[in-house]
Amino acid sequence: MTSLENPSVSIQDLSLNFGAISVLETLNIDVAEGEFIVLLGPSGCGKSTLLNCIAGLLDVSDGRIFIKGKNVTWEEPKDRGIGMVFQSYALYPQMTVEKNLSFGLRVAGIPRDEIAKRIARAAEILQIEPLLQRKPSALSGGQRQRVAIGRALVRDVDVFLFDEPLSNLDAKLRAELRVEIKLLHSKLQNTMIYVTHDQIEAMTLADRIAVMKGGVIQQLDAPQKIYNRPVNRFVAGFLGSPAMNFLDGRLEKNDGNWHFAVEDVRIPLATYAFEKEPVPGAAVFGIRPEHVAFNSGSGWPFTATANVVVVEPMGSDTLVWLKLGNQNFTVRVTSERTPNNADSVSIGFDPMRASLFDAATGNRL
Amino acid sequence: MADLAVSLPAGTGSIGLEASGPRGPKPRHVFSRRNIFLYGTLIVVALYYLLPLYVMVVTSLKGMPEIRLGNIFSPPLEITFEPWVKAWSSACTGLNCDGLSRGFWNSVRITVPSVILSIAIASVNGYALANWRFKGADTFFVILIVGAFIPYQVMIYPIVIILREIGLYGSLSGLVIVHSIFGMPILTLLFRNYFTSMPEELFRAARVDGAGFWGIYFRIMLPMSLPIFVVAIILQVTGIWNDFLFGVVYTRPDTYPMTVQLNNIVNSVQGVKEYNVNMAATILTGLVPLVVYFVSGKLFVRGIAAGAVKG
Repeated sequence: MTSLENPSVSIQDLSLNFGAISVLETLNIDVAEGEFIVLLGPSGCGKSTLLNCIAGLLDVSDGRIFIKGKNVTWEEPKDRGIGMVFQSYALYPQMTVEKNLSFGLRVAGIPRDEIAKRIARAAEILQIEPLLQRKPSALSGGQRQRVAIGRALVRDVDVFLFDEPLSNLDAKLRAELRVEIKLLHSKLQNTMIYVTHDQIEAMTLADRIAVMKGGVIQQLDAPQKIYNRPVNRFVAGFLGSPAMNFLDGRLEKNDGNWHFAVEDVRIPLATYAFEKEPVPGAAVFGIRPEHVAFNSGSGWPFTATANVVVVEPMGSDTLVWLKLGNQNFTVRVTSERTPNNADSVSIGFDPMRASLFDAATGNRL
Repeated sequence: MADLAVSLPAGTGSIGLEASGPRGPKPRHVFSRRNIFLYGTLIVVALYYLLPLYVMVVTSLKGMPEIRLGNIFSPPLEITFEPWVKAWSSACTGLNCDGLSRGFWNSVRITVPSVILSIAIASVNGYALANWRFKGADTFFVILIVGAFIPYQVMIYPIVIILREIGLYGSLSGLVIVHSIFGMPILTLLFRNYFTSMPEELFRAARVDGAGFWGIYFRIMLPMSLPIFVVAIILQVTGIWNDFLFGVVYTRPDTYPMTVQLNNIVNSVQGVKEYNVNMAATILTGLVPLVVYFVSGKLFVRGIAAGAVKG
């Protein structure tokens, strides 16, 4: 991983074991000042655990955590300069919104007029002024999550931690609050670490995404980079909906040119940028459904004919399931060009946009 | 569809188009077989339990000559409160002849501090076990649970010796300590299960907000756990008030709780058996737990359910 000059949060060789089970393995991340990092992964990948370690809610087994250059590995959560937003909001049910916001400040013994000032500011930023005297039970889900964000806001912290903050909301609210969080970040310019399993949240919010699996960071990079050049098959398959097409076949060299052979189809790889000099052998060819052109005729480095199996109209565009030889293949097309079932269609794509993976290790070739 | 139905001969139309089918809420019959069985059973069971109470109340309001007639179910011909007054203020228990009043106040002095002390300690125990996973917490918990299953009788004699050694034998405070200790396993279990069922993120949020062990306990957990405190209070008040064994073993005649005094009144072998006084004394003794149940019955059920769900 790249190390930064003055990281806001720096995690060095972090490990966590519960008995014999290793949850996080010698993890390293540097988060830049004001950066929005998203930890993305399937459930059980250790992303929430990592966040809890940063917050100080879990003791680490090994490694160190720095926040603003200070080693906070043994510090209490309140002394780390972090604010946390939880999935279930975790608002104190017996307190009003105002008391919820001020609880941490009152515990810290901050003067009353200062508390009032900070609450007024947070309430204005989050537009929850009319709600201050209500109890959490009288708020909607979106309002509750706003109050939960406000609780982190009033504490004037360096780093915001979000633990799947939008997962309990319905789809429409989720999209709205996602935009609000993005606006909040551009307004505050705080460092934010955000845990989610939702790839759209990750893609839209992040400056950089850390894709995690099995307690290990698979890839840490800008969203577009992760989307277009995934380092392994897991990352490639996890991001993107509908998922990337994978074709099992072999990498071959004929007449000095590399080809990918799947059944009797040969895909020329002249335009593909290999990571390193390839060797012939079993490989997986991946291409995203939207990178395949439909009824394209000529002009593509690779064209083929395939049979339509199922057509799924999704409104803005249509997903077409094809059989290419014996392998399933999906193509995303605009709604106007929807074919009929059982049609035979021609497809074309440029292998430049594809990803090749080693069949055994799953690593990018 | 409608056109089709019209062209069909009468009586062959499809069911959906029938004009006079069932519609709206299904009618209920008050005297259905199910209702008769259900309420019949309830009434019989209620009578079974209420009949003794009825006999007690009726007898306590009769004079001795009327009782000697032997009609225990008949209502009193001449209502008298004399037995109640005697039971409260002048019935003889051993050497003292000042009735149950002495025992009542002894019981109050035993119950109130025992309930407060045991609940205060057990709630903190349960909170620590549920939220602060300290080292050895599981072992501690197992020991407590085992403690709940050991019969009290086994421990009576060792406790006598311990109390004697620390000079508390025979005093009210000695009994308060005994009650507090024996209430601990079941109360800790109750509180632990209740606190475990609360969302853990709440506890984490409070930690991020900077609250410590006591801060979270008093400002977050306590205000949210009224139902379980009511359950604990009911369990402890009734349990300690009704206790006879510890009361008779660990106190002296001056400090006997009400239950022991009641026993001494009812089981006295000298003189005439005053059934009316005995009945009045028994009702007086049972009044406190009864009142507690009636006042807080609904909260009790809710709290028991809340504390019992998670193990």
